[in-house]
Amino acid sequence: MSEILVKNGYVYDPKNGVNGDVMDIAIRDDKIVDAVSPTAKVIDASGKVVMAGGIDIHAHIAGPKVNVGRNMRPEDKLFNTSKRGKMTRSGGGFSVPSVFETGYVYSRMGYTQANEAAMPPLLARHTHEEMADTPLIDQSAYTLLGNNWLVMEYIKRGEKDKLNAFVAWMLHATKGYCVKLVNPGGSEAWGWGMNCVNISDPVPYFDVMPSEIISGLAEANEALNLPTSIHLHANNLGHPGNYQTTLDSIKLLEGVLPRDGKIRDQVINFAHMQFHSYGGTTWKDFETEAQPIADSINKNKNMTVDVGFVTLDETTTMTADGPMEYYLHNTNHLKWANADIELETAAGVVPYIYSPKISVCGIQWAIGLELALLIDDPMQAFITTDHPNAGPFRRYPRIISWLMSNQARLDRLETLHKVVPDRVAIGGISRVFDFYDIAKMTRAGPARALGLGDMKGHLGVGADADVAIYNYNPKTMDPTTDPAGIEKTFKNTAYTIKGGDIVVIDGEVVSKGNKRTIWVDATNGSMDPAVLDDIEKKFVRFYSVTMNNYPVQDEYVARGLVVKPEVA
Amino acid sequence: MRTATDVVCPFCGTLCDDIEVDVDDAEKICATRNACIIGDNKFMTAQAPDRHLHPRIRRGGELVESTMDEAINKAAEILVNAKHPLLYGWSSTHCEAQEAGMALAEGVGGTMDNTSVCCHGPSVLAIHTVGISSCTLGEIINRADIVLYWGCNPVNAHPRHMSRYSLYKRGFFTERGKSDRTEIVIDVRRTETAQKADIFLQPEQGRDYELMNALRVAFRGGPLPESVAGIPRAEIEKVAQMLKDGRFGILFFGMGLTMTRGKHRNIDIAISLTADLNTYTKFLIMAMRGHYNVAGADQVSLWECGFPYAVDFARGFPRYNPGESSATDILARKEADAALIIAADPGAHFPIDMVRTLASIPMIAIDPHVTPTTEIASVHIPSAIVGIEDAGSAYRMDNVPIRMRKVVEPPEGVLTDQEIIERIHRRVMELQGLEVPEVTAVKEPAEALAPSAFDDILQRAT
Repeated sequence: MSEILVKNGYVYDPKNGVNGDVMDIAIRDDKIVDAVSPTAKVIDASGKVVMAGGIDIHAHIAGPKVNVGRNMRPEDKLFNTSKRGKMTRSGGGFSVPSVFETGYVYSRMGYTQANEAAMPPLLARHTHEEMADTPLIDQSAYTLLGNNWLVMEYIKRGEKDKLNAFVAWMLHATKGYCVKLVNPGGSEAWGWGMNCVNISDPVPYFDVMPSEIISGLAEANEALNLPTSIHLHANNLGHPGNYQTTLDSIKLLEGVLPRDGKIRDQVINFAHMQFHSYGGTTWKDFETEAQPIADSINKNKNMTVDVGFVTLDETTTMTADGPMEYYLHNTNHLKWANADIELETAAGVVPYIYSPKISVCGIQWAIGLELALLIDDPMQAFITTDHPNAGPFRRYPRIISWLMSNQARLDRLETLHKVVPDRVAIGGISRVFDFYDIAKMTRAGPARALGLGDMKGHLGVGADADVAIYNYNPKTMDPTTDPAGIEKTFKNTAYTIKGGDIVVIDGEVVSKGNKRTIWVDATNGSMDPAVLDDIEKKFVRFYSVTMNNYPVQDEYVARGLVVKPEVA
Repeated sequence: MRTATDVVCPFCGTLCDDIEVDVDDAEKICATRNACIIGDNKFMTAQAPDRHLHPRIRRGGELVESTMDEAINKAAEILVNAKHPLLYGWSSTHCEAQEAGMALAEGVGGTMDNTSVCCHGPSVLAIHTVGISSCTLGEIINRADIVLYWGCNPVNAHPRHMSRYSLYKRGFFTERGKSDRTEIVIDVRRTETAQKADIFLQPEQGRDYELMNALRVAFRGGPLPESVAGIPRAEIEKVAQMLKDGRFGILFFGMGLTMTRGKHRNIDIAISLTADLNTYTKFLIMAMRGHYNVAGADQVSLWECGFPYAVDFARGFPRYNPGESSATDILARKEADAALIIAADPGAHFPIDMVRTLASIPMIAIDPHVTPTTEIASVHIPSAIVGIEDAGSAYRMDNVPIRMRKVVEPPEGVLTDQEIIERIHRRVMELQGLEVPEVTAVKEPAEALAPSAFDDILQRAT
């Protein structure tokens, strides 16, 4: 039994309504408890900020396309390698770090969980191998189902029960955590070099519309009572004027409520909304449309977004939205990788330089911040960069500094291309977030949206002992005038505790950690034999592996944590 | 008698996963189904009575049998005493062993390299330059109507590739199989693959790059000379039009492009050529990887350190500079002062000068079989055969990961690759003083390691 007492910190714990009160947090083994014995190890957190461990709801940090990114970009490691240490392995990469580096950087920032946002089912084993190798942080992976042949066939035929059973089978087979849709229908169309730009464009041959795929999978998601909602990377990502497609997608689920309102409030999480809030008709008259999107989210409390802030860095874009990456390659003419996955999905990788000198990049930067600041409730908008698409996750501290300081934003805006101020609204938004809001956007919010709100993202009794302690005294220091200080603070914790284990002290990794892979088993222990027949037919005739070799074996989730949804 | 199904064949990058293996009551493998002749041989000879089962250490010029502990200790000493050990091979074992190898390479400050260096290393260099637009093999089953093999010969090298994935197999949008596809072969030789092709172009030796360049010009309707690389203009324009007119095309390439004149530039332009074609249709490209898990060796190295092969850990962080940090170059410059070779046979495949270097330095060979490499080693530790006696991940040529199955137990006393590497690593850590050494080190008698046994080996190998 190990015990830790975090004493006298300024605690920010939105779930339990604790807003900067000086409190002690008691830890026994891997849980937060009421009190500990006098022999507990004491961490003096006086004059420091204490939050639950951070949770990244959307990042591309493990799996096949991430490795394609690593392979394609040796230059990403230039000046960005780290030596092995006593507790750490060597590694490197700025925008696409190696798995060890990924675990260390997250932990130093006080994050204790990061979720891989797109796992192609056929290559799920690869994602799990990388996650098993990523130290310190808990992880889960989102199973890509939005372009799956059988999903589209069941939706087309209106066979809802079979769709539910198939979704459960896929999550189990891939050891996935949620139903992820990326450019629904569009990535299948990309098999022929085509796309579904709008949600009413029928998918070639399969003759269903993206709108039907979104609604169909959302319905299946609720029927199975999965811990989190569907996560949608909407159609038409990254094109001028795409906010209309986004509003159409939002309308699809207006008024729909989650089956079990106790674990989460949303029926859909829009991924990297920044990329979907674009106005104008071409890149020449490109402008923000964050306001109508934010209005729509404010109206629909059953939806959440992760923002996907542009950080103005050189980075590597990677997505299962194959046609979008091809489009991007034809825009910036940098190297292009593509990986279509049979019957399931696609992927593309293209390097991208978000140059502050380019008007479009500056406008994108502003749109992300506008979205976050215009959405009233920070419990609906989460901090992400869609790592590494809009910027690397190691820039979260900088984003937080922008969100906490209007001056920081105005200073940055001044350095951007001269047309940017006219095309964005950021200059007129003076709202600033405090630590309580930041805790919502990085802890309480993502945890609740993931259906893990009781276990993670808070510091109440019974929660996982994931704690981040930051060197910042909110009583004597002012974040609104000290963006550099905020960035420094969130970059390296004084302490990161993960599962009751102290993993980082003063920015140094001091433990090998106790990471887990979280996945969902919604099969209820049985499967409809008719659905198994359908699946088997696909394997016998169209897959390049046998059905028996497809599911991810238990060996790959040896340190797994299974969530089994209850179905009334 | 029992039958193991869905067995994954541990031979080539096609990684067939539909093999059935019959095992009799004495746990002897007695038959296989579905495997090609090479795969069948791999299974049927796995338990050959003359298989070598005991570790051997070179003493007085001869490899003599030793205990496992002695061999592990010797191997660890070789690595710890070396300034710059080379850890090479890794392509015929599973990813779990490769991960253990990455940790060991980092621990001893060595260079980690896999067989990509002598097969598709140039392809990787081209990917660094221009990316790669590819897919999984099932996409080809279901969609491809133009199949172009360039500088590869699957009939001989990947015997089931054409029937399982790329040509004969009937798919969803290719219901009639071969009849729905056009097979184009471009090769400097009239290979067996070429013999049944719908179109066969035979460019002059070493002029593949020029032909590809000409095709790119032809796509755009640009002017061409009378002939390029010995192929008449009309032929080039005809093929260019066919490639553009297809619904879904795929270019498979092999070492006929990667290891001939031009090397990575050939692949660079092949990838660019397929990228061009996406303006008109859907067209992708794929490397025909050789060893069944060479793709996995690249993958593991990538996710653990960010680089695919030829990674030098001498300075405590990964450095990558193929041409300088690759196994062949290190050996050519006689820079490595020790080596660990596993799951590959450079003794048979590397250029002669490099094999001479290998034979002149202390070298550990981990291989289930006696090979030209093991016979020039200072220590040979036989291991279990992955995919037959040990389970673990392997990556197919299209980077689809499949778990290799364990069909039978390894022979008594034979450890798996992963166990051997991990035991060596633990012993290395003890010797480095990194772990409280609970077991006192076995003191090996001082002896001259690895006398040049090369000539001896050459005779045995031929």
